[in-house]
Amino acid sequence: MLHKWKVGAAVIFLGLVHAVIIFAGFLAPYEPITQHRELPFAPPMRLHFLDSQGHWHLHPFVCEPELRPGTFYEYDESCTRQYPVRWFVTGSQYRLAGMLASHTHLFGVDPPAQIFVLGTDNYGRDMFSRILYGGRVSLSAGLLAAAISLLLGALVGTISGFYGRWVDESFMRLAELFVVLPWLYLLLAVRAFLPLHITPLHAFFLVVAVIGTIGWARPARLVRGIVLSAKTRKYVLASRGFGASDSYILRRHVLPHTYGVLLTQAALLVPQYVIAEVTLSFFGLGLNEPLPSWGNLLSVLQQYNVLVSYWWMFAPALALVIVSFSYLLGADALQRKLQPASV
Amino acid sequence: MLFNENYSRPQCKNLGHRISFRASASLIALLLAGAPRLLAGVSPQPLQRGEELQTTENEVGRYGGNLVVAQRSEPKTLNPVTAADAPSREVIGRLMADLIHINRASQQTEPALARSWTVSRDGRMFTLKLRHGIRFSDGQPFNADDVVFTFHVYLDEKIHSPQRDLLVIGGKPLEVAKVDAYTVRFTLAQPYAAAERLFDSLAILPRHLLEKPYQEGRFAQVWAVNAAPQEIAGLGPFRLKAYVPGQRIVLERNPYYWKTDRSKNRLPYLDEVTFLFVGNEDAQALRFEAGDTDIISRLGAENYSLLSKDAGSRGYELFDLGPALDYNFLFFNLNDLKPPLQQKLSAQQSWFANLKFRQAVSAAVDRDAIVRLVYAGRGAPLWGNVSPSNKFWVDQSLPHPARSLDRAKELLKAAGFSWRGNDLVDPQGRPVAFSIITSSSNTQRTKMATIIQDDLSQLGMNVQVVPLEFRAVLDRIFQSYDYEAAVMGLGGGDADPNPEMNVWLSGGGTHLWHLGELKPASDWEAQLDQLMQRQMVELKYDKRKQVFDRAQEIIAGNLPCIFLGTPDVLVGAKENIGNFKPAILEPSTLWNVDQLYFRPGVAVAAGAPR
Repeated sequence: MLHKWKVGAAVIFLGLVHAVIIFAGFLAPYEPITQHRELPFAPPMRLHFLDSQGHWHLHPFVCEPELRPGTFYEYDESCTRQYPVRWFVTGSQYRLAGMLASHTHLFGVDPPAQIFVLGTDNYGRDMFSRILYGGRVSLSAGLLAAAISLLLGALVGTISGFYGRWVDESFMRLAELFVVLPWLYLLLAVRAFLPLHITPLHAFFLVVAVIGTIGWARPARLVRGIVLSAKTRKYVLASRGFGASDSYILRRHVLPHTYGVLLTQAALLVPQYVIAEVTLSFFGLGLNEPLPSWGNLLSVLQQYNVLVSYWWMFAPALALVIVSFSYLLGADALQRKLQPASV
Repeated sequence: MLFNENYSRPQCKNLGHRISFRASASLIALLLAGAPRLLAGVSPQPLQRGEELQTTENEVGRYGGNLVVAQRSEPKTLNPVTAADAPSREVIGRLMADLIHINRASQQTEPALARSWTVSRDGRMFTLKLRHGIRFSDGQPFNADDVVFTFHVYLDEKIHSPQRDLLVIGGKPLEVAKVDAYTVRFTLAQPYAAAERLFDSLAILPRHLLEKPYQEGRFAQVWAVNAAPQEIAGLGPFRLKAYVPGQRIVLERNPYYWKTDRSKNRLPYLDEVTFLFVGNEDAQALRFEAGDTDIISRLGAENYSLLSKDAGSRGYELFDLGPALDYNFLFFNLNDLKPPLQQKLSAQQSWFANLKFRQAVSAAVDRDAIVRLVYAGRGAPLWGNVSPSNKFWVDQSLPHPARSLDRAKELLKAAGFSWRGNDLVDPQGRPVAFSIITSSSNTQRTKMATIIQDDLSQLGMNVQVVPLEFRAVLDRIFQSYDYEAAVMGLGGGDADPNPEMNVWLSGGGTHLWHLGELKPASDWEAQLDQLMQRQMVELKYDKRKQVFDRAQEIIAGNLPCIFLGTPDVLVGAKENIGNFKPAILEPSTLWNVDQLYFRPGVAVAAGAPR
């Protein structure tokens, strides 16, 4: 069956993306905030297998970028010295998966050279490392915000659907209001209203909370529909007749119906919220420099000269596309699996 | 996605609206584009006997053409007395003239509406002889009554002119008296060095148009941007022709202008000057590159290098005029605070007040990196408050110590700081951490702060950069004092030290790091006060320079501000513009707009190949 294969592929792919982000410290050759000031906007380095004499090297090497005299931020490769790429090198300290302290990085080159596989930014910070670390922020923001939205949505939807009447009416009118509101502008307005002068950690949770609380309406409406239909099923009526309590009915008979929808919603919401975080940071309302997130990595593209001169600054957008795509693939596969009748 | 479907409908409606609006706008643009060729605008009045005109030394130009320049925003007003924002002043500067003018190229004063002046021996009395027979742009004659009226308005406290402060010397406003129809006398309460520079950019107003509204108490409302062109008259090279809200303001030749070239052609050469309102610097660079605008000023270094890539093929030239006069700096909050702020910032203030701490910060800051990364190499590092391009006033003997983390660490050690692991701790064992606020709209200053943050982290200081909206930054610095450190920029107005007085006098209004000092907080501040006062009344340049050099040494030695750098003044113009002589002083490109002209026979770049 096609969709089985698709589910598997999407899950493996998603797992891979998350593993890369979790092990950012190990995979990234540098710290995201280390500045290599002599090399601003250095282009991605080429991995050479052939040297100038035409000898083949099994072990690829890199050459140092050299500022072209008389220009600013334009480089030539100078291959007078070759720096072979080394595996499992010792570098700056990080915490593996956020816990184990370690010094080992997957790859690197001997000093004084540096390796920038995706080039550097305005301060000479390694873009590859910044994208990996930035992914941590953006993805976890998406996941956390989606969790908040789903929790709120499930709660409101269940209460609405189960108890009905004026509770349902008022919650659903409120939900409609939230669905109708222009998302992006509301987000910008809410964030701009909150204090600007806060620590990066606070900023992160603020962004997550803002995004998460704004998006509860859609899951709430879906959950409500399911609860509404589930509570009139004959076995629910029967168990009520046997004297089952509300909480028992909800737990055993009603809520299990919503899990599939919630899972699909999660797969849809996470990429949406990652993009929401990116949007906020892009406008300078998310995390501040020097901490990376995909949004503030992309925000330099607001400058015309960066936009037209340094193509590697678009790399975070590619990462964003890959992650969104894999989530949406997963959501699609999940939906087909859960609703075989509609296929 | 995140965008809601329900939004599509109103948007569609808007679009329809916009299309029709666009169509009519482009029709107007078409008409306007054709107009100068057909109608040739207003022609200059023939020279008349009895007109005391000024003859300029420029290359003789050719009449005609419409010069298009871009502005970041619309002027708020065309009233020269109340205008405070740069875009307004830039337009007004083309409409109005002053009595004595600072030549932007030579940075020296020269006669303008006053054809000559004399100073009394004590330096307190200025007698100005005005030009005979010259007229406002509406054809009405100009004489001493206009001058007296003008200064009366500028000095009127009810009008709240931002220039009024400059005209109050020694606590007393300037006194103006009419001697005869073409002679005016100004009396100062005390001698004031380079007092003739005060007259620069003080626009002389037409009494025949403005006396009535002034007496009726509605002066502040006259000459709004949307005022009818015939209501506005000045002595500048141009006069108002049309204003299109949100798009542009068009000026046309003042046919009565009081300058001629060597061949007795009445200036200006240009038929029209158009100011386009173009949002930001990037958009301005794009419009200039496309040939939509003829001149670009205040270009950033990045856009400068971008534009310079195809400067030749597109028919424009770019100019790097060297370091500007303004200075960017880091400073610490040393204000006298009230509780609870006093407790909150007591640790920080104890470090900031320590000279060794400030010296350590200064030694750790990588000024070369700032010039390289923030100004793309087009700028100069600073160790004092006077830019190296201020040739008359910079103290050349000021030391320029190279960056040294070792020296910074020694200084910190000597001040009792120590290290716990990688973190710097003060003598009481508190970790050194503070935040730097900057204006979020100024990417250059935010970049500087980010570099400083990294520099100081190498000393073990935990520094955070907090970009805030510019208004919020000003509120914190001037009102609430709720900040720890800030990166700001100042200066750039004039080369003379006098406009700097309010920064360095301990009671000055721009004494940023410690506002509202009743008496100098330290010996060196008391000394600085004395020196600044002395240079203000010292009339001889050599002596004045000595005094101001000493002041610069005291500032650089005590580091109330950690000076960082100044960007180069970068401008561009189409190759076919004659007499284009950009200068470091503002307005760097349009200061001689009366002499600019379009050279014939040079292809205009508008349609140049991409």
